[in-house]
Amino acid sequence: MITFDSVTKRYPDGFVAVDDLSLEAETGQITVLVGPSGCGKTTTLRMINRMIDATEGQILLDGSDVRQIDPPTLRRGIGYVIQQAGLFPHRKIVDNVATVPYLLGWEKKKARDRAMELLERVGLDPKMAQRYPFQLSGGQQQRVGVARALAADPPVLLMDEPFSAVDPIVRTSLQEELLRLQAELNKTIVFVTHDIDEAIKLGDKVAVLRVGGKLAQFAAPKTLLSEPADDFVREFLGRDRGIRRLSFVSSSYLKLRTDLTVTSSSAAGPSDDAWLMVVSEDGKPVGWLDRDEPFGTYVHGKDSLRAALDAALLSSSGQAVALDESGRVVGVATRKALDEALSEAADG
Amino acid sequence: MNWLIDFFGNPDNWSGPGAIPVRLLEHLGFSAAALVLAALIGIPLGLLIGHTGKGSVIVVVSANLARALPTLGLLVLIVLLLGTASIWPVLIPLVALAVPPILVNTFEGIRGVDPELRDAAYGMGLRGPQVLFKVLVPVALPLVMLGLRLAAVQVVATAAVAAYVGLGGLGRYIIDGLATQDYESVVGGSVLIVGFALAVQGLFTLAQKVMVSPGVSQRLRVR
Amino acid sequence: MDDEQPLFRWSWVESNWNSDSPNSIVNLLEAHVVMSLVPVVLGLLVSLPLGLACVRWRFLYQPTSAVMNVIYALPSLPLFMLLIPQTGLTRMTVIIPLTFYALAVLVPAVVDGMGSVPDHVRQSAVAMGFTPLRRLVQVELPIAVPVVLAGLRVVTVSSISLVSVGALIGQGGLGNLFTDAFQRDFYTPAIAGIVLIVLLALVGDGIVLAAQRLLTPWMRARRAS
Repeated sequence: MITFDSVTKRYPDGFVAVDDLSLEAETGQITVLVGPSGCGKTTTLRMINRMIDATEGQILLDGSDVRQIDPPTLRRGIGYVIQQAGLFPHRKIVDNVATVPYLLGWEKKKARDRAMELLERVGLDPKMAQRYPFQLSGGQQQRVGVARALAADPPVLLMDEPFSAVDPIVRTSLQEELLRLQAELNKTIVFVTHDIDEAIKLGDKVAVLRVGGKLAQFAAPKTLLSEPADDFVREFLGRDRGIRRLSFVSSSYLKLRTDLTVTSSSAAGPSDDAWLMVVSEDGKPVGWLDRDEPFGTYVHGKDSLRAALDAALLSSSGQAVALDESGRVVGVATRKALDEALSEAADG
Repeated sequence: MNWLIDFFGNPDNWSGPGAIPVRLLEHLGFSAAALVLAALIGIPLGLLIGHTGKGSVIVVVSANLARALPTLGLLVLIVLLLGTASIWPVLIPLVALAVPPILVNTFEGIRGVDPELRDAAYGMGLRGPQVLFKVLVPVALPLVMLGLRLAAVQVVATAAVAAYVGLGGLGRYIIDGLATQDYESVVGGSVLIVGFALAVQGLFTLAQKVMVSPGVSQRLRVR
Repeated sequence: MDDEQPLFRWSWVESNWNSDSPNSIVNLLEAHVVMSLVPVVLGLLVSLPLGLACVRWRFLYQPTSAVMNVIYALPSLPLFMLLIPQTGLTRMTVIIPLTFYALAVLVPAVVDGMGSVPDHVRQSAVAMGFTPLRRLVQVELPIAVPVVLAGLRVVTVSSISLVSVGALIGQGGLGNLFTDAFQRDFYTPAIAGIVLIVLLALVGDGIVLAAQRLLTPWMRARRAS
């Protein structure tokens, strides 16, 4: 656990980058620091591994004051990922990843084996290991950056806008990769971004900072969306807050109707006004009975209420087709069911 | 061309104290001594100033001064002031003119390293000297080598001029030839010096190719 | 000369400042300015088209820059000597090698300068319908000016100091003061020569710097803001 206790960073010219900040980054969770430029989020992050020293207050890493630890020693136990990856251009990828193990005095073979293992883990072709950084794309370099930070298996990972320099498609895949890795590794991650969507997607908890280094709100993404602390946070979250909040509501609250599906062998349905979903022999959705119109699906229980609503809007009938994880139809969510779930979600 | 054939064909130029190999070795000796001294001053100073960022004024001033100072004037003045009893006074201007290119390029090389890279190095727990020698120096190596190459070529040229104030080496053929109107000696000496300078240039270019990591040399460099 | 000669004798400067002798300081200064200026101007005039050609036809750059690197490595003294059969003991013997040195610095400077034009600027000029020539003159060259002039400053200063080596063939401008000092074992001309050459270099550098300020008013505005 990383604890900030009334931490202030004041520069000699009087500029206050971080102002009386107190928060806790829980062990095994992703804590995101988000805010506009000049809000001190990067300064906050860099005070943890003492790239910058706080002027007032204490930062505790599992109970011990970071100021009591020699900076290089402290940093070798904390993974650090930065925007342009900061790979060493004169070293091959495998040696880049093995940097900290080398520093810790691991023998070469062991360090390299570990590096190879990590490259695979972050989804890189082992062939990349013998290349130099300039031979890799931005997204690949960023993966190497993550692998390098993980090399000595540090319990804590600091990530400073690691994905902001890559294009949106690559960014999405890197974000998903990080969540997948985190599910396996359970690191204590502090992640800085200026992108609120990224913060909400990745964070177990999100700290919104305002210009001048003051903490505006520190909460789980869902709470942030439903109960923004003030106008600043509300504005920073942007539009569509209500819709986005549905991402955190499970679709399992939807009451499904199973009487609106028909197997392809059986002929007419119960009534002419109802939209009936035709299901193939192996349970897959085929289309609306007698109507050549589009339909939308979601995975019941796994996808969010937002995904179910989206599926409903894509269907001409306004109904969402619910599937199980193997793609078999389990029922249909009608407008009425959606309506009920939405009003329940609105009540919290 | 005939001058060259006469010069290189003259057996007098292949024996005694004025023999070509002797003069060549002298030239090599002075140049190497001056370059090593200049590197011993320029590289540590450039690393220090580049790494700490303190004292960069020294670099700018020395670079401009070195370009503006006339070699011949400096040689003459030093020798007039200190005499020609030993060759050491002559080495002073040679070293003085070779330090700035080494200093400036080492400094620029270190200072020009992407700040993100420096940040990443510190962030992973490298200590100051480790950051300098494991990251900054390898990345700055092309410029350090360029500085050494420019200095080496400069030293070879200055050493030739220094024959005028009594230094040995290949410049002697030119100065003595001019004095005695022995033009074949002047041309022969000139060709030798040009060849020597080009060999030095080639050697340093080669050394740079061998020493600089292929991961770094893909980078475009400026003079 | 006795061993107790003063480091500097002003009376020598006064009596040698301006006389009819070709070795008066003023005459040497004039010769020095001509021999150092001509290579700079020639170098600029040749390097512009050569550099632009290297930008236009990329394949020219590699061989050109290799040649320039070699030229830059050639020592001046032997070059002067090798030119004597063609040009004799004239100013041309000094001017020609210095022109090549100027080229060796300025051609890469022109190429780098053109490389400093941001691609989006070039693209938008094309999109607005600039003809290639107008684009070059009105957009690309002005943006390239700072880089080219940085090279020109280097060339001006080193050209001024290199001329003095010509003194060994009697054509060194103020450099002749050095051979004079050495032959007579007399400090004053050597010191006067060094000081004047450094001052001249400073003046030359200042002129190029002023030209740069004049040609790139937007850089000044940026600095001020």
